[in-house]
Amino acid sequence: MSLDDIKETFFAECADQMAELETGLHEIQSSGPDIDTVNAVFRAVHSIKGGAGAFGFAALVSFAHVFENALDVIRNDLNQVNEDRMDLLLRSVDVLSDVIEAERTGSEPDDTSGLANDLETAFGLAEAAEDADDGDDALADFAPVMIDLADLGVAGTPAGGSFHISFAPHASLYLKGHDPLRFFRELADLGTLSVTCDTTDLPKLSELSPDESYLKWQIDLETESAREDIEAIFDWVDGECALSIEETGAPAADDGASLDAFLQSLDESDGGIADIDDFGRDPEMEPADAANPVADLIGSLEAADIGAPARQVEEQADAGNSDDGSEDAGARAGKKEVKKASQTIRVESEKVDRLINLMGELVINQAMLAERIGQAGFGNASPAALALVELQNLTREIQSGVMAIRAQPVKPVFMRMSRIIREVCSATGKKAMLELEGEHTEVDTTVIEGLIDPLTHMIRNAVDHGIEDPEKRQAKGKPTHGTVKLSAYHSSGRIVIEIKDDGAGINRERVLSKAIEKGIVARDAKLSDDDIDNLIFAPGFSTAETITDVSGRGVGMDVVRQSIQALGGRVNISSEPGHGSLFSMSLPLTLAVLDGMIVKEAGQTLVLPVSAVLETATLKPGDVYTIGKNNRVVKMRNQLIPIIDVGRQLGFADKRTDFTKGTIMVVEGGKNGMGAFLVDSIEGQQQVVIKSLESNYKRVPSIAAATILGNGQIALILDCDHIVSHQASDPDTAVIQSMAG
Amino acid sequence: MHDDLEQQNVGGEEFIAFRVGDQEFCVEITSTREIRGWSQATKLPHSPDYIIGVINLRGTILPIMDLSARLGMGLSQPSERHVIIVVHLRDKTLGLLVDSVSDILDVGPDHLRPVPEVNPSMSSEMFNRVIVIEKRIICEISLEAITPEMELQAA
Repeated sequence: MSLDDIKETFFAECADQMAELETGLHEIQSSGPDIDTVNAVFRAVHSIKGGAGAFGFAALVSFAHVFENALDVIRNDLNQVNEDRMDLLLRSVDVLSDVIEAERTGSEPDDTSGLANDLETAFGLAEAAEDADDGDDALADFAPVMIDLADLGVAGTPAGGSFHISFAPHASLYLKGHDPLRFFRELADLGTLSVTCDTTDLPKLSELSPDESYLKWQIDLETESAREDIEAIFDWVDGECALSIEETGAPAADDGASLDAFLQSLDESDGGIADIDDFGRDPEMEPADAANPVADLIGSLEAADIGAPARQVEEQADAGNSDDGSEDAGARAGKKEVKKASQTIRVESEKVDRLINLMGELVINQAMLAERIGQAGFGNASPAALALVELQNLTREIQSGVMAIRAQPVKPVFMRMSRIIREVCSATGKKAMLELEGEHTEVDTTVIEGLIDPLTHMIRNAVDHGIEDPEKRQAKGKPTHGTVKLSAYHSSGRIVIEIKDDGAGINRERVLSKAIEKGIVARDAKLSDDDIDNLIFAPGFSTAETITDVSGRGVGMDVVRQSIQALGGRVNISSEPGHGSLFSMSLPLTLAVLDGMIVKEAGQTLVLPVSAVLETATLKPGDVYTIGKNNRVVKMRNQLIPIIDVGRQLGFADKRTDFTKGTIMVVEGGKNGMGAFLVDSIEGQQQVVIKSLESNYKRVPSIAAATILGNGQIALILDCDHIVSHQASDPDTAVIQSMAG
Repeated sequence: MHDDLEQQNVGGEEFIAFRVGDQEFCVEITSTREIRGWSQATKLPHSPDYIIGVINLRGTILPIMDLSARLGMGLSQPSERHVIIVVHLRDKTLGLLVDSVSDILDVGPDHLRPVPEVNPSMSSEMFNRVIVIEKRIICEISLEAITPEMELQAA
């Protein structure tokens, strides 16, 4: 694992932590502070700081540090939260994410001192900082273990410091004519020396052997020289004495020193290096250079566990935390971290795609096997048939498991939008809040990725064009804070995402005059309100009075529509002057599983999303009423529902003449009301794998996607929204609707 | 008929030739993925008549084009005897319904001719080149040209 890989992991973890952070703050903002959320937020920042420290990202560490301190204030007293402070914290999230991005790309991070100062002032951190030390204390209480793979092994040998040397010569030393005094003289040349002779081993005179060595020396040395210089002095007697050189004090503010400090703490907690005596050549000896094997050991340990540098450092720091005032909170946060850290792996999406394709094949093959077993004449209770049932259960479970890998909640994308709102608000001086609904709705990851850009545009537009200035809002009797509501839900096998603002709505007069001015519509065009609203999707249309950074380059909504269409989706707008606008996007779930109702019509097998079907009924004579020339309706649920002849609508059959038999399925068609789909028969209900028609062909009107049935045949999945809306509208408006996507 | 072909320059272009009605056509062998038998296709609504429908090609939805109809030679009545040539164009895969595969050709440049101006009902724009070997005339289908609709509206 190279350092780059480790950094990659760190930044991936950062992204997770940022999401956690943003979610948490949003929660605090909307439903008030609660200690668990505050702890979660604190931990997120803390982890980022820890990891950043390990990689030496100074700018990131120092900003995260201030951020963390600010959060600590809240953590210690939940009543410390107020609106201004929340605002500051939210801005800090944005800045933090920028700094992370800068560190990731290796560019110079923007200066964060302004916001850091604001934080310090707002949270009263400045005084505390002065207490601790004057000025530059950002790193004072935080000494992360630097990870530097290049020279991990030799780290911890800084020049100079004070050393404690234990020196116990063997008899052989004297035999070879060495004199301990000579070593002391040489050591004295290196610095200030104090030598104590340890005579405890000296036996009684009667037992004393003149050939044995009984004396040991304890030497304390203050020196500018490095450990190596000391070792060099004893080079001559290597193996002929028990020697240990311990560093007792290191020169401050040296990066390497932290590792030494770490080593030392390890020494202390383990009851001295005696435990790792095995590293010495002679078990009787004091390990001559035990520190080095320890350093190596630590090095290899770190190398092995380096994938989670953040956690390691964090645990260390957390332990430190519980020493200071916030014992309780710190300890709890530490414990919860261990419990909460969910095991995740990162997998390339292609691998999952391949798995999903194979899954589809497996399902089909299993259905074929079932058919063969039936043909072979095995009874339902035969072992073969029973084994098949087990296989079917397994397959179903595997299928849902595989699908669950691919589907992701839209939440991360939604959370990103709160930043967009903050940015637009600060650029325009407007006030707006983001409200989320259905953020746990799951959709395929590819859709999620494709959603980011169009959503960003639309959210910007909603605030920039939709929400009024606070004064104007007040004058209208609205709350000064505008609300942008972002919601997601599943509807007839698609995901619908809505952006609703409570702003001014679309100024139709201005839109129309602008469109005429730009030559988008003819001067004498007669347009309905809906048509005018939809003009904002026309290429080159922008109503912004001044071109701002926020929006108003006249590419916005046009691009939005295109990118949503590229995802196989549609976008629509409805607006109520004075009360706001509602943008509604309907997107396919592409790879999601669909609970499908399998029906037969005009000799074709079709699939309707079960979620769209409200009710099914067998058609009886007398249920059907004819209105006008050719419109037939059925009376159900106390309502008259238009009958949609599915076979005719799809061009599979001629117009149905016999309305006395068949099955009626009452289908919900999104915003377009209900439709009573008339089909020949219902075959059953089953989970189907959605296969895109677009990948090899193109989008087909009225068809959402295709699927492969158990018999290997393809069945089409109907786009109920489209079918309902297109049968309900006359041909002229249908053109406008298709233009709007 | 293979005798003349064996005398062709080795290293010329390779084509796969097939019959549609009483004529022979070909496509470059490099754009061909596989050849498979006919299987019942699922009809697509709101599609041109030359798109027969879609079939399941090992989990992929494969649209099938009736080449005879596309070339203006009338709708085919697909049967067991028909063959689907699976071709690849850019990132899309398409099945061409033909009557039968007739040959694999290794053609030198001297047998490749530009497309002559033929009668407008069978648009010459649909062909890239014509291979002329002895009495055989084999038009090379332009895959780009027969799939304009798929290109334009590709999502």
